[in-house]
Amino acid sequence: MIPPFETFYEAHRDEIYRFLDRRLARDRVEDAFQETFLRALRAYPRLRHGDHLRAWVFTIASRIVVDDVRRRRPEAELPELVTEDGRPAYEDLAHLTEDLPPKQRAAVVLRYGYDLDYEEIGAALGSTEQAARQAASAGVRRLRKERT
Amino acid sequence: MTVSPSLDERFRAAAAAANLLDVAFDVVDETPVGPLLVGVTDHGVCRISYDPDWEHQLDALARRFGPRVLRSRKPIDRVRRELDEYFAGKRRHFDVEPDVRGLRAYNQRVLTELARVEYGHTTTYGALAAQAGNPRAARAVGTIMNRNPIPIVLPCHRVVGASGSLTGYAGGLHRKEQLLRLEGVLV
Repeated sequence: MIPPFETFYEAHRDEIYRFLDRRLARDRVEDAFQETFLRALRAYPRLRHGDHLRAWVFTIASRIVVDDVRRRRPEAELPELVTEDGRPAYEDLAHLTEDLPPKQRAAVVLRYGYDLDYEEIGAALGSTEQAARQAASAGVRRLRKERT
Repeated sequence: MTVSPSLDERFRAAAAAANLLDVAFDVVDETPVGPLLVGVTDHGVCRISYDPDWEHQLDALARRFGPRVLRSRKPIDRVRRELDEYFAGKRRHFDVEPDVRGLRAYNQRVLTELARVEYGHTTTYGALAAQAGNPRAARAVGTIMNRNPIPIVLPCHRVVGASGSLTGYAGGLHRKEQLLRLEGVLV
Protein backbone atom coordinates (compact mmCIF):
# COMPACT_ATOMS: atom_id res chain seq x y z
CA MET A 1 0.00 0.00 0.00
CA ILE A 2 1.39 3.37 -1.02
CA PRO A 3 0.72 6.01 1.65
CA PRO A 4 -1.28 9.11 0.70
CA PHE A 5 1.11 11.64 -0.85
CA GLU A 6 0.45 14.08 1.99
CA THR A 7 1.89 11.61 4.49
CA PHE A 8 4.93 10.91 2.33
CA TYR A 9 5.55 14.62 1.69
CA GLU A 10 5.21 15.57 5.36
CA ALA A 11 7.63 12.82 6.34
CA HIS A 12 10.43 13.81 3.94
CA ARG A 13 10.11 17.46 2.94
CA ASP A 14 12.41 18.86 5.61
CA GLU A 15 15.25 16.40 5.09
CA ILE A 16 15.01 16.84 1.31
CA TYR A 17 15.15 20.59 1.79
CA ARG A 18 18.29 20.29 3.95
CA PHE A 19 19.86 17.91 1.45
CA LEU A 20 19.32 20.37 -1.40
CA ASP A 21 20.37 23.33 0.72
CA ARG A 22 23.75 21.74 1.43
CA ARG A 23 24.44 21.04 -2.23
CA LEU A 24 23.01 23.87 -4.29
CA ALA A 25 23.45 27.61 -4.56
CA ARG A 26 20.98 29.44 -2.36
CA ASP A 27 18.92 30.78 -5.24
CA ARG A 28 18.44 27.28 -6.67
CA VAL A 29 17.23 25.45 -3.57
CA GLU A 30 13.54 26.37 -3.68
CA ASP A 31 13.08 25.52 -7.35
CA ALA A 32 14.93 22.24 -6.87
CA PHE A 33 12.74 21.41 -3.87
CA GLN A 34 9.57 22.02 -5.84
CA GLU A 35 10.88 20.07 -8.84
CA THR A 36 11.82 17.11 -6.64
CA PHE A 37 8.33 16.72 -5.24
CA LEU A 38 6.58 17.44 -8.54
CA ARG A 39 8.62 14.66 -10.14
CA ALA A 40 7.76 12.40 -7.22
CA LEU A 41 4.09 13.26 -7.66
CA ARG A 42 4.22 12.43 -11.38
CA ALA A 43 5.78 9.05 -10.73
CA TYR A 44 3.78 8.27 -7.58
CA PRO A 45 0.86 6.38 -9.15
CA ARG A 46 3.30 4.02 -10.88
CA LEU A 47 4.94 2.86 -7.65
CA ARG A 48 4.12 -0.73 -6.90
CA HIS A 49 4.71 -0.54 -3.15
CA GLY A 50 5.56 1.92 -0.41
CA ASP A 51 8.90 0.43 0.67
CA HIS A 52 12.04 2.52 0.35
CA LEU A 53 10.20 5.75 -0.38
CA ARG A 54 12.90 7.71 1.41
CA ALA A 55 15.67 6.35 -0.79
CA TRP A 56 13.47 6.89 -3.81
CA VAL A 57 12.88 10.59 -3.15
CA PHE A 58 16.55 11.12 -2.32
CA THR A 59 17.41 9.61 -5.68
CA ILE A 60 15.09 12.06 -7.42
CA ALA A 61 16.64 14.97 -5.51
CA SER A 62 20.14 13.69 -6.34
CA ARG A 63 19.36 13.64 -10.03
CA ILE A 64 18.09 17.18 -9.87
CA VAL A 65 21.30 18.28 -8.15
CA VAL A 66 23.42 16.54 -10.76
CA ASP A 67 21.43 18.08 -13.61
CA ASP A 68 21.62 21.50 -12.02
CA VAL A 69 25.37 21.33 -11.59
CA ARG A 70 25.82 20.10 -15.13
CA ARG A 71 23.71 22.93 -16.50
CA ARG A 72 25.74 25.49 -14.63
CA ARG A 73 29.12 24.11 -15.61
CA PRO A 74 28.68 22.66 -19.08
CA GLU A 75 32.22 23.51 -20.17
CA ALA A 76 33.95 22.30 -17.04
CA GLU A 77 37.16 20.40 -17.56
CA LEU A 78 37.39 16.92 -16.15
CA PRO A 79 38.21 17.91 -12.60
CA GLU A 80 40.81 16.48 -10.31
CA LEU A 81 39.59 14.25 -7.56
CA VAL A 82 38.80 16.46 -4.62
CA THR A 83 40.09 14.88 -1.48
CA GLU A 84 39.72 17.67 0.99
CA ASP A 85 37.48 15.60 3.22
CA GLY A 86 38.63 12.28 1.84
CA ARG A 87 35.63 12.10 -0.46
CA PRO A 88 35.20 13.49 -3.94
CA ALA A 89 32.62 16.23 -4.19
CA TYR A 90 29.38 15.29 -5.89
CA GLU A 91 29.87 17.80 -8.70
CA ASP A 92 33.12 16.18 -9.65
CA LEU A 93 31.71 12.72 -9.39
CA ALA A 94 28.93 13.61 -11.76
CA HIS A 95 31.49 14.47 -14.43
CA LEU A 96 34.01 11.81 -13.57
CA THR A 97 31.53 9.01 -13.83
CA GLU A 98 30.02 9.99 -17.14
CA ASP A 99 31.50 7.02 -19.00
CA LEU A 100 30.45 4.36 -16.54
CA PRO A 101 27.53 2.04 -17.27
CA PRO A 102 24.36 3.62 -15.83
CA LYS A 103 23.95 1.32 -12.85
CA GLN A 104 27.59 1.63 -11.75
CA ARG A 105 27.46 5.36 -12.21
CA ALA A 106 24.32 5.73 -10.13
CA ALA A 107 25.77 3.52 -7.39
CA VAL A 108 29.04 5.49 -7.24
CA VAL A 109 27.36 8.89 -7.25
CA LEU A 110 24.77 7.95 -4.67
CA ARG A 111 27.33 6.33 -2.40
CA TYR A 112 30.21 8.78 -2.55
CA GLY A 113 28.47 11.94 -3.68
CA TYR A 114 25.32 11.72 -1.59
CA ASP A 115 26.32 9.46 1.21
CA LEU A 116 23.38 7.10 0.88
CA ASP A 117 24.02 3.66 2.33
CA TYR A 118 23.95 0.54 0.18
CA GLU A 119 20.51 -0.49 1.32
CA GLU A 120 19.08 2.84 0.18
CA ILE A 121 20.98 2.68 -3.09
CA GLY A 122 19.75 -0.84 -3.74
CA ALA A 123 16.20 0.34 -3.15
CA ALA A 124 16.69 3.37 -5.34
CA LEU A 125 18.01 1.24 -8.18
CA GLY A 126 15.35 -1.40 -7.77
CA SER A 127 17.84 -4.07 -6.76
CA THR A 128 19.46 -5.32 -3.58
CA GLU A 129 21.95 -3.97 -1.07
CA GLN A 130 24.51 -6.49 -2.28
CA ALA A 131 24.02 -5.59 -5.95
CA ALA A 132 24.43 -1.91 -5.09
CA ARG A 133 27.68 -2.62 -3.24
CA GLN A 134 29.00 -4.61 -6.19
CA ALA A 135 27.98 -1.95 -8.71
CA ALA A 136 29.70 0.78 -6.68
CA SER A 137 32.93 -1.17 -6.27
CA ALA A 138 32.97 -2.19 -9.94
CA GLY A 139 32.48 1.46 -10.83
CA VAL A 140 35.30 2.61 -8.59
CA ARG A 141 37.67 -0.05 -10.00
CA ARG A 142 36.86 1.08 -13.51
CA LEU A 143 37.43 4.74 -12.64
CA ARG A 144 40.83 3.91 -11.15
CA LYS A 145 41.79 2.01 -14.28
CA GLU A 146 40.71 4.87 -16.54
CA ARG A 147 42.78 7.36 -14.63
CA THR A 148 46.03 5.46 -14.65
CA MET B 1 16.30 23.74 9.00
CA THR B 2 12.79 23.26 7.73
CA VAL B 3 10.75 24.17 4.68
CA SER B 4 9.34 27.68 4.95
CA PRO B 5 5.55 28.06 4.91
CA SER B 6 5.76 30.07 1.68
CA LEU B 7 7.76 27.38 -0.13
CA ASP B 8 5.40 24.73 1.22
CA GLU B 9 2.37 26.65 -0.08
CA ARG B 10 4.10 27.22 -3.41
CA PHE B 11 4.67 23.50 -3.92
CA ARG B 12 1.10 22.64 -2.93
CA ALA B 13 -0.26 25.23 -5.36
CA ALA B 14 2.04 24.04 -8.16
CA ALA B 15 0.97 20.43 -7.64
CA ALA B 16 -2.67 21.39 -8.07
CA ALA B 17 -1.99 23.74 -10.98
CA ALA B 18 -0.13 20.95 -12.81
CA ASN B 19 -3.20 18.74 -12.41
CA LEU B 20 -1.24 16.10 -10.54
CA LEU B 21 -3.62 15.45 -7.65
CA ASP B 22 -6.24 12.73 -7.24
CA VAL B 23 -7.68 14.61 -4.28
CA ALA B 24 -6.94 18.11 -2.99
CA PHE B 25 -8.19 18.86 0.49
CA ASP B 26 -8.16 21.67 3.00
CA VAL B 27 -9.92 22.72 6.16
CA VAL B 28 -12.58 25.40 5.86
CA ASP B 29 -12.45 27.19 9.20
CA GLU B 30 -15.05 29.18 10.97
CA THR B 31 -18.31 27.96 9.56
CA PRO B 32 -21.35 28.13 11.86
CA VAL B 33 -21.16 24.33 12.20
CA GLY B 34 -17.44 24.35 13.02
CA PRO B 35 -14.40 23.67 10.87
CA LEU B 36 -14.98 21.38 7.88
CA LEU B 37 -12.57 19.14 6.03
CA VAL B 38 -13.28 19.52 2.30
CA GLY B 39 -11.89 17.27 -0.44
CA VAL B 40 -12.21 17.84 -4.18
CA THR B 41 -11.32 15.88 -7.31
CA ASP B 42 -11.45 17.03 -10.90
CA HIS B 43 -15.02 15.64 -10.90
CA GLY B 44 -16.23 17.85 -8.06
CA VAL B 45 -16.47 17.75 -4.28
CA CYS B 46 -15.81 14.25 -2.94
CA ARG B 47 -15.70 14.76 0.81
CA ILE B 48 -17.00 17.04 3.51
CA SER B 49 -16.26 16.01 7.07
CA TYR B 50 -17.19 17.55 10.40
CA ASP B 51 -13.96 16.07 11.71
CA PRO B 52 -11.22 18.50 10.58
CA ASP B 53 -8.51 16.21 11.95
CA TRP B 54 -7.55 14.80 8.59
CA GLU B 55 -4.64 12.47 9.35
CA HIS B 56 -6.80 9.39 9.77
CA GLN B 57 -9.06 10.21 6.81
CA LEU B 58 -6.41 10.31 4.12
CA ASP B 59 -6.17 6.54 3.69
CA ALA B 60 -9.86 6.29 2.86
CA LEU B 61 -9.57 9.06 0.27
CA ALA B 62 -6.48 7.43 -1.25
CA ARG B 63 -8.25 4.07 -1.51
CA ARG B 64 -11.20 5.57 -3.33
CA PHE B 65 -9.57 8.09 -5.62
CA GLY B 66 -5.83 7.32 -5.83
CA PRO B 67 -2.76 7.98 -3.67
CA ARG B 68 -2.04 11.54 -4.76
CA VAL B 69 -3.92 13.16 -1.90
CA LEU B 70 -2.48 16.52 -0.89
CA ARG B 71 -3.57 19.52 1.13
CA SER B 72 -3.83 22.45 -1.24
CA ARG B 73 -5.76 25.64 -0.69
CA LYS B 74 -6.73 26.86 -4.08
CA PRO B 75 -8.67 23.89 -5.49
CA ILE B 76 -11.02 24.18 -2.51
CA ASP B 77 -11.84 27.85 -3.15
CA ARG B 78 -15.00 27.20 -5.12
CA VAL B 79 -16.53 24.91 -2.48
CA ARG B 80 -15.37 27.31 0.23
CA ARG B 81 -17.17 30.17 -1.49
CA GLU B 82 -20.37 28.18 -2.03
CA LEU B 83 -20.38 27.07 1.61
CA ASP B 84 -19.86 30.67 2.75
CA GLU B 85 -22.80 31.76 0.64
CA TYR B 86 -24.95 28.90 1.91
CA PHE B 87 -24.24 29.72 5.54
CA ALA B 88 -24.90 33.40 4.85
CA GLY B 89 -28.35 32.43 3.54
CA LYS B 90 -27.47 33.61 0.03
CA ARG B 91 -27.32 30.21 -1.64
CA ARG B 92 -30.05 27.60 -1.82
CA HIS B 93 -28.42 25.21 -4.25
CA PHE B 94 -24.83 24.06 -4.68
CA ASP B 95 -23.42 24.34 -8.18
CA VAL B 96 -20.35 22.23 -7.50
CA GLU B 97 -20.89 18.61 -8.56
CA PRO B 98 -20.80 15.87 -5.92
CA ASP B 99 -18.27 13.16 -6.81
CA VAL B 100 -19.72 9.85 -5.63
CA ARG B 101 -17.50 7.56 -7.74
CA GLY B 102 -16.35 4.44 -5.96
CA LEU B 103 -19.56 4.04 -3.93
CA ARG B 104 -21.87 1.10 -4.51
CA ALA B 105 -24.42 1.62 -7.28
CA TYR B 106 -27.36 1.54 -4.88
CA ASN B 107 -25.76 4.12 -2.59
CA GLN B 108 -25.13 6.33 -5.60
CA ARG B 109 -28.77 6.05 -6.60
CA VAL B 110 -29.98 6.99 -3.13
CA LEU B 111 -27.57 9.94 -2.96
CA THR B 112 -28.72 11.10 -6.39
CA GLU B 113 -32.31 11.12 -5.12
CA LEU B 114 -31.18 12.88 -1.97
CA ALA B 115 -29.64 15.65 -4.07
CA ARG B 116 -33.12 16.46 -5.39
CA VAL B 117 -34.51 17.32 -1.95
CA GLU B 118 -34.74 21.07 -2.07
CA TYR B 119 -33.56 23.74 0.30
CA GLY B 120 -36.04 24.37 3.08
CA HIS B 121 -37.89 21.09 2.52
CA THR B 122 -37.64 17.72 4.23
CA THR B 123 -38.38 14.17 3.24
CA THR B 124 -38.47 10.90 5.18
CA TYR B 125 -36.20 7.85 5.05
CA GLY B 126 -39.09 5.79 3.69
CA ALA B 127 -40.00 8.30 0.97
CA LEU B 128 -36.39 8.53 -0.15
CA ALA B 129 -36.18 4.73 -0.21
CA ALA B 130 -39.29 4.60 -2.38
CA GLN B 131 -37.84 7.16 -4.78
CA ALA B 132 -34.69 5.08 -5.07
CA GLY B 133 -36.81 2.08 -6.03
CA ASN B 134 -37.54 0.17 -2.80
CA PRO B 135 -40.07 1.59 -0.32
CA ARG B 136 -39.11 -1.05 2.28
CA ALA B 137 -35.47 0.02 2.42
CA ALA B 138 -35.90 2.90 4.88
CA ARG B 139 -33.39 1.40 7.28
CA ALA B 140 -30.77 0.90 4.53
CA VAL B 141 -31.35 4.50 3.48
CA GLY B 142 -30.75 5.57 7.08
CA THR B 143 -27.40 3.83 7.01
CA ILE B 144 -26.50 5.48 3.72
CA MET B 145 -27.41 8.89 5.16
CA ASN B 146 -25.23 8.12 8.17
CA ARG B 147 -22.27 7.43 5.88
CA ASN B 148 -22.95 10.26 3.44
CA PRO B 149 -19.44 11.33 2.33
CA ILE B 150 -20.57 14.84 1.34
CA PRO B 151 -22.98 16.19 3.96
CA ILE B 152 -24.43 19.69 3.49
CA VAL B 153 -23.91 19.53 -0.31
CA LEU B 154 -25.80 16.23 -0.37
CA PRO B 155 -28.45 17.34 2.11
CA CYS B 156 -28.98 14.35 4.41
CA HIS B 157 -29.95 16.86 7.10
CA ARG B 158 -33.24 17.23 5.17
CA VAL B 159 -34.18 13.61 5.80
CA VAL B 160 -36.21 13.01 8.95
CA GLY B 161 -38.23 10.22 10.56
CA ALA B 162 -41.80 9.43 9.51
CA SER B 163 -43.06 10.97 12.75
CA GLY B 164 -41.23 14.19 11.96
CA SER B 165 -38.52 13.60 14.58
CA LEU B 166 -35.00 14.48 13.48
CA THR B 167 -33.86 10.90 14.23
CA GLY B 168 -30.08 11.17 13.81
CA TYR B 169 -27.17 12.85 12.08
CA ALA B 170 -23.58 11.69 11.66
CA GLY B 171 -22.37 15.22 12.44
CA GLY B 172 -24.47 15.35 15.64
CA LEU B 173 -28.15 16.21 16.01
CA HIS B 174 -27.34 19.78 17.06
CA ARG B 175 -25.84 20.37 13.63
CA LYS B 176 -28.87 18.90 11.87
CA GLU B 177 -31.02 21.31 13.86
CA GLN B 178 -28.71 24.18 13.03
CA LEU B 179 -28.90 23.50 9.29
CA LEU B 180 -32.68 23.07 9.29
CA ARG B 181 -33.02 26.29 11.27
CA LEU B 182 -30.81 28.09 8.75
CA GLU B 183 -33.08 26.85 5.97
CA GLY B 184 -36.19 27.95 7.82
CA VAL B 185 -37.57 24.46 8.39
CA LEU B 186 -37.23 24.79 12.15
CA VAL B 187 -37.91 28.03 13.92
